This record gives sequence, structure tokens and C-alpha cells, in this order.
Amino acid sequence: MTFAAFMFWVFAITVVASGVMTISARNPVHSVMFLILAFFGAAGLFILMGAEYLAMLLLVVYIGAVAVLFLFVVMMLDVDFVEMRQGFLRYVPIGGALATVIVVELVLIVAAWTLPDDDAIARAHPVPTAAETGADPSAPNNIEALGLVLYTDYVHYFQIAGVILLVAMIGAIVLTFRTREGVRKQDPAEQVARDRATAVEMKNIRTGQGI
Amino acid sequence: MNDLLSTVWTYVSTRPTDAGWLGWLLPTTIQALAVLLSLLVAQAFLMYFDRKVWAAVQMRKGPNVVGPFGLLQSFADLFKFVFKETMIPASANKALFIIAPILTFVLALVGWAVIPVGPGMVGADINVGILYLFAISSLGVYGVIIGGWASNSKYPFLGSLRSAAQMVSYEVSIGFVIITVLLLAGSLNLSDIVESQDRGMGMLNWHFIPLFPMFVVFFISALAETNRPPFDLPEAESELVAGYQVEYASTLFLMFMIGELANIVLMCALLTILFFGGWHAPIPGTPLDNLPVFWFGIKTVFFFFMFAMVKAIVPRYRYDQLMRIGWKIFLPLSLAWVVLVSGLLLAFPPLAEHFQSWRG
Repeated sequence: MTFAAFMFWVFAITVVASGVMTISARNPVHSVMFLILAFFGAAGLFILMGAEYLAMLLLVVYIGAVAVLFLFVVMMLDVDFVEMRQGFLRYVPIGGALATVIVVELVLIVAAWTLPDDDAIARAHPVPTAAETGADPSAPNNIEALGLVLYTDYVHYFQIAGVILLVAMIGAIVLTFRTREGVRKQDPAEQVARDRATAVEMKNIRTGQGI
Repeated sequence: MNDLLSTVWTYVSTRPTDAGWLGWLLPTTIQALAVLLSLLVAQAFLMYFDRKVWAAVQMRKGPNVVGPFGLLQSFADLFKFVFKETMIPASANKALFIIAPILTFVLALVGWAVIPVGPGMVGADINVGILYLFAISSLGVYGVIIGGWASNSKYPFLGSLRSAAQMVSYEVSIGFVIITVLLLAGSLNLSDIVESQDRGMGMLNWHFIPLFPMFVVFFISALAETNRPPFDLPEAESELVAGYQVEYASTLFLMFMIGELANIVLMCALLTILFFGGWHAPIPGTPLDNLPVFWFGIKTVFFFFMFAMVKAIVPRYRYDQLMRIGWKIFLPLSLAWVVLVSGLLLAFPPLAEHFQSWRG
């Protein structure tokens, strides 16, 4: 077994095991921790496939930002486990039905799945770009290759995705934005612009009289 | 001396293609140990340096008892921490409580795997080096959040919530600043970014000149990202005792401390690489030209000195002001600079050619 193969099994087992732990852990904070571990394993698998850029994006976006927010929310929750288990039996039929439908669908997909020949070969042997094998150092590397298709062939999809994200972001802000009355706000520019002439008032105080 | 260093490093880092496990593991382990040992020893003295600078600003003497000039103070502190009793609060979440400082410590050290201290002298010369560093620094927040939550106490929890929001906010502007540098360098590889600042004119070619406002934004964001004063609100002692570190003692506390320091030094090294020409000499053509490790070290220590001076001079920010600077000033500013830089490079091809001329 080569080192890469060994690492593949390490990462793969990590992903699956922590995925299972994510849904079975009692403590929601532990669940998020296992979710993060699963992301880590997935990033490792990406690196083994030669997709280093995707691996790093997974780390930055999912672990560095999304999971932090998850953790933030979950830590603030006051979870009552007794209350959570209430009505468990009541929801079993509908939950079971949903699960069955999903399992059947998955089985159908896997059963009907045929890979084109090229694709199957590509899956078995990930192909590093010419720059990465050292055959042609001036050839585009991982990121450049991605950029070359993303900003040419798929530029419309890319921009549509960008607009959707922008709309989602504005929507989230609009939904949570409330103008509150009677809040005293500071204007730092005004504070900084204050000088001695406007801030200090000289009083001539006579002894024994006060102001 | 320098030639010897790079020869040894090249010898260690060449791996035969069919070497198998041992041929891969052995050189990698040696490399990792070399980087870690020199880093940790350097950190012991940087800690001493930090305290001496701080003391000098306040007209105190600073550590001066252990060893000549107090040089061994950090080692005395190390042994003191290690020999104390490790205390874990009864109601703490034991596993996470122990994992948190280890996470901070490890994450601060693994970032050094991709830092090039000289031409070819880098643990892993990967294509996405800068993204890797960005990812590692964004993971640093976990040590703090987990530590604060697992302590099961109010002060650490408040400290960790503050720090989570603070670190996530400043990562955004750090990301945009990194993008402006990438636009000029045209590569995500750290060695390439350093090489791109060597176009024959020494320090005049370094990125801090065309990107000066971004350099300032990065420096301040780095202070916030590493929870350094004036942005050390997660551990503001006047409000939160010691923030997320309240319940920690002994070796676990030491790990938090070393991890934070390693993060600060990492940020200094990143400043050196992104804006100050990495291992290149400021004035080319002098006999000192061929001392890459020396130049890299001296620049990193200079930035560490700046960090220490900021700590000594600037008073702590209020939390809402900190958030305001991050989201309302740095974010729009750095975003505008990304647009500006990329627009200029597109509009004036000779400009782009000038910055890309290092590729030769």
C-alpha cells in the first residue's frame, strides 16, 4: 500500500465515521465538531485527487466561516434533551416514510448509474495538469485551469451564481434589519473633528462662590 | 554559512521517487523538526524581546534575573508552567477542554510548513500556499471558541464569543488584502510572491509601495486576528478577567500562550512575504545580498517589534469601535482596492507587464 493509498483510507474512514457521529452525538456542540472533522477529511480527499484549490476553499469557506456560525448558534442554544425527545413516537411514522423514500431514490440512482468510459478512467486515475507533473512548467496549474473554464465557458453560470448570492445576502439583511427609535448613536467623524475651541469652555471662578 | 544551510536543506528535501514510506517519512520528519525546533527556540527569545520592549516603553527594566540580561527568563517560565498542576474544572467538558489549547498550538505551528525563509528553503512549496495560510489562520478561531465553551463558565464563554465575532470579521478584510497582492504577483505560491518583488530595484519593488494602504489595513487586521493589543478584547482583563483562558492552568495555558505567540510571528512572516520582499535584501548589489535567511529573519523581527510597540503604546479599543473599523472601514476600503488594482492592471497592459516581469 502506498502512502497516498494509506492516507486515502485514513481520510475516507474519518469522513464516514465523523459523518455518523455528527448525527448520533448527543451533544449538539460535539455534532458540530464531528461535522468539522468530516469537512477536514473531505478536504484531505480533495488533495489526494489533486484538487488542491477546492480543498483549500473547503477549509476557508466551510470550516473557517460556515461551521464557525453553526458553532456560534449551537453554543448559544439552551437545549433541553427531555423536551427534545418528547413526541418522538408521534413523528416516527412521517420520519420513517421520508427516510424510506430517500433510501429508495438513492438505490434507484446507484442501480441505474452508468459511467461513460472516459469518466470512469478519470475517476480511477485522477489526471494532474501538465504543470503539476512537471512535463510543461508553463502550462496552467490547478487554479489557472479552473479560472480558464470558469471565466470563459461558464462565465454566465458563474455570474448568475454571484447574483443569487448577492440577492440572498441582501435578503438576509432586509429580513433582519429593524430601525429602532430612540437609539443614541455616535458619529466618530464628528467626535474626531472636535477641537479644543469647541470642547473646552473656560470659566472664571471666584474664590468661595463656585459656578 | 548560508550556502551550507541551503545545501543541507536541499539535500534533506530531495526525495527519491520510488523511496516508499520510509524514504518519504524520514526527510519530512527531519524537515518538520528543523523548522519547529528553530521556531520554538526563536519564540522563547522573541517572548523575552517582547517583554523587554514593553518594559523599555514603560521605563522599567523588564526580565533581568534569570541568566545573563534575563535571557533565559522564557525557559524559566516554561518550566514553571510545565511543573504546575493541570487543573480541569469539574463541570468542564473534559475532552474539548483539553483539545482546545492543543488545537491552537498545532494550528499556529502547521502554518510554518509553507513559509519560505530562503530560495527553495520551504517545507512544502505548494501552489496554494497563501490560501493554505489563510485557511490555517481562519481555523485559529476554533481553539478560542472551544476553549471558552468547554470551560463552562461565564467569563470564558463571553470572551470566546467576542473573539469568534472579531476574528471572523477581520478575516474578511485580510482576504481582500491578500487578493490585491495576488493580483500584482500573479501567483498563489509564496515563493513566487517573494520572487515577484525582485525586479532589480531592491526595496523600491516591494509591494508595500504600490499597496501602501493595504499594508496598513493588513497590519491592523493582523493585530485583530491574533487578539493582540489594542484588540485583545477576548481576554480584556478589566472586564473578563482573562477571557477564554480564565479556567486554564499549567501546560494547557502554556499551549495557548505559545500558540498565540506563534500566530503573531506567523503574521509577521506573512507581512514580510506579502509586502516586504521576503528574503530579498533591501538594497541589491551589496555583500549582504546573499543572506536570504538573515534578511527574512530581520524583517520578521522588525514586524514583531512593531507589534510589541503597538501593544505598549496604544490603549485598548471598545468592542463596538472594533467592529465598526472592521466592517465599515476596512471591508469597503479593501474591496475598493481590489477593484482598483484589477481595473488598473486590465486598463494598462504595460503596468501588468511591469508587475509580471519577474516571470522572465
